Amino acid sequence: MADPVFRVLPTLDEPSAFFWTSGADGVLRFLRCSACSYLIHPPAPVCPECHGRRAEPAEVSGRGTVHSFTVNHQAWDGTGDVYVIGLVTIDEQPDVRLTTNIVDIDPDAVHIGMPVEVVFEDHSPVFVPLFRPVGR
Amino acid sequence: MNMPVISGIGQSAIGRKLGRGELDLTIEASLTAIADAGLEVADIDGLAAYPGGVMGDSGGFAGPGTPTVQDALRLSLNWHSGGPEGPAQIQAVINAVMAVATGLARHVLVYRTVTESTAQGSGGRAGIGVGTSGVGGPFQWSLPFRAYSAANWLAMNAQRHFHEFGTTREQMAQIALNARRNAGLNPNAIFREPMSIDDYFAARMITTPFCLFDCDVPVDGSTAVVVSVAEHARAVDHAVARVEAVGTALRGRPSWDQWDDMTTMPARDAAAHMWSRTDLRPVDVDVAELYDGFSWLAMAWLEALGLCGHGESGPFIEGGKRIALDGELPLNTHGGQLSAGRLHGFGFLHEAVVQLRGDGGDRQVRDPEVAVVANGGGPVAGTMLLTKLA
Repeated sequence: MADPVFRVLPTLDEPSAFFWTSGADGVLRFLRCSACSYLIHPPAPVCPECHGRRAEPAEVSGRGTVHSFTVNHQAWDGTGDVYVIGLVTIDEQPDVRLTTNIVDIDPDAVHIGMPVEVVFEDHSPVFVPLFRPVGR
Repeated sequence: MNMPVISGIGQSAIGRKLGRGELDLTIEASLTAIADAGLEVADIDGLAAYPGGVMGDSGGFAGPGTPTVQDALRLSLNWHSGGPEGPAQIQAVINAVMAVATGLARHVLVYRTVTESTAQGSGGRAGIGVGTSGVGGPFQWSLPFRAYSAANWLAMNAQRHFHEFGTTREQMAQIALNARRNAGLNPNAIFREPMSIDDYFAARMITTPFCLFDCDVPVDGSTAVVVSVAEHARAVDHAVARVEAVGTALRGRPSWDQWDDMTTMPARDAAAHMWSRTDLRPVDVDVAELYDGFSWLAMAWLEALGLCGHGESGPFIEGGKRIALDGELPLNTHGGQLSAGRLHGFGFLHEAVVQLRGDGGDRQVRDPEVAVVANGGGPVAGTMLLTKLA
C-alpha cells in the first residue's frame, strides 16, 4: 500500500477500542453476543436481538461486499487526492456495514456488489480497516 | 382537535457573509413574524428553536439559544424549548404545535438562525472533524475514513438509488435546475442567474454522484414563525396556514450508514406517520417544499411522501416540467436551499406559508390549498402538512 494518508483517528477510550486495535494481528473482529451470536455493531452493552448482556469480540473472515460507495473529489482535509469512500457489508452478517475506504483499485473501477477483503492501515496502536478487491 | 395555525412569518436579510450577529438576525426575523401575526412582543408566551444554543463554536450552525432571545426581548414565557435531537429542524415547530395544542402556550415564537457563511470566512466549506486530534462517539465510524461531510454519507445513499433504480445524474439535475429557475423569480434568493444542464455538468465534482450544484449554499439568515391557537386565525388580516398533520416517526436504526434501506431515509417513516394522521392524500398536495441540502434528498422525500412511487423519482422529475411552478407538483418554489440558501429547513416552511397565503409574487403557484413541508436528510426527518385557512 501507499504511504498512509492523514486520518482523524479514534480515541481508543470507548468500548470500541478492541475494534480499532484488532488489526494488529491482521484480523477483523466485531462484538458477538454470547447468547445468540448476533454481531453488535457499533458495540453496545446489550444485544439488540435477544437483549443479552454478555458479548465478546469475535473474529470474522474480513470478506465483504461493496453495498455503496462515493468517489470523493473535495479536499475536505486539504489533501486534494481523489479517494473512494465505501460502504461494505460483511459476509457473516450483511446487516453490519462499515463505512471505509476502497483501496488498491482505480476509483472508476469500483462498483456496487464487488467482493472485497479487509486490509489494515497501520497507525499503531490503531489499525484502520480498509477494503480492497478480493485476491488483489 | 382544533390544530394550531402558523399565524405569522418573518425572515431577516439573507445573504453571503453579511457580517451581522446571529442575535441581530434572529431579532429582525422575530419582530417581523410577531408583527405579521398581528401580535405584540408581550403576547408571545412560548419560545422554541432548533438546535438551541450549543456549547462552544458551532461555525455559525446553531444561532442563539432560547435564553438569549428570551432575555433580549424580555419575554414572559409559559413554555420554552431548544435542542438538536428530534424529527429534524422542524422539530422546533412541531414542539411548538404540541405546546399550543395542549394549552401550555397560546403564541409560540419559533426561529432558526444560521451564520455559516460569515463563519466560513475566506475558506471553503470545512469537513467535520478536520484538525481534531481524535474522534469518539458516532463520528468515529466515518471520520477515520475521510468521510468528512454529509455530502459523502448521502452520496452513498444516492449511489445506491442510482444502482437499484437506474436513476441518472441527468434526472437528479432537475432538482437543481428547477430550484435555480424558481430562485430567479425570488428577489431574496442567493443564486438567481439562469443555469443550464450544460452548466450543471460542467460543475466540479464534490463526491460522486454529487457535483457542486447538488450541494446547498451556506448563508447567513434567520427565519421565524409564530405558532398560535386556532382561534387567532380570525384576528389576523391575512390567510393563515393551518397545521393539518405532522410526521415524526423514526422506526429504523437512527444511523447514517446502518439504516436498513439505503435508497430511503427516515423520511420514509416520518412521511408514513404524517399520512396516517390525516384524511388528505398525496394527490391533494398543491405545492411541495422538500429539503434539498443535497439534490437527491428532495427526490427521496418525493418518494417517501408518496408523491411518486419508491424508486420512481428519477422518471418523475425527468425534464423538469412536472415540478415546475406551472407543473402538476410545483417543488421548492423559492429556490430551495440549493439556490435560495441554506436556511436549514425553515426556509421551506416559510415558503409553504407564503404560497398558501398567495404572497409568492412572480413565483406564486396558482391557488394552492395544501402544502407539504419536509425537513431533514440522513438519520433525521420531520414533515408537516399545511392547509390554507382564509
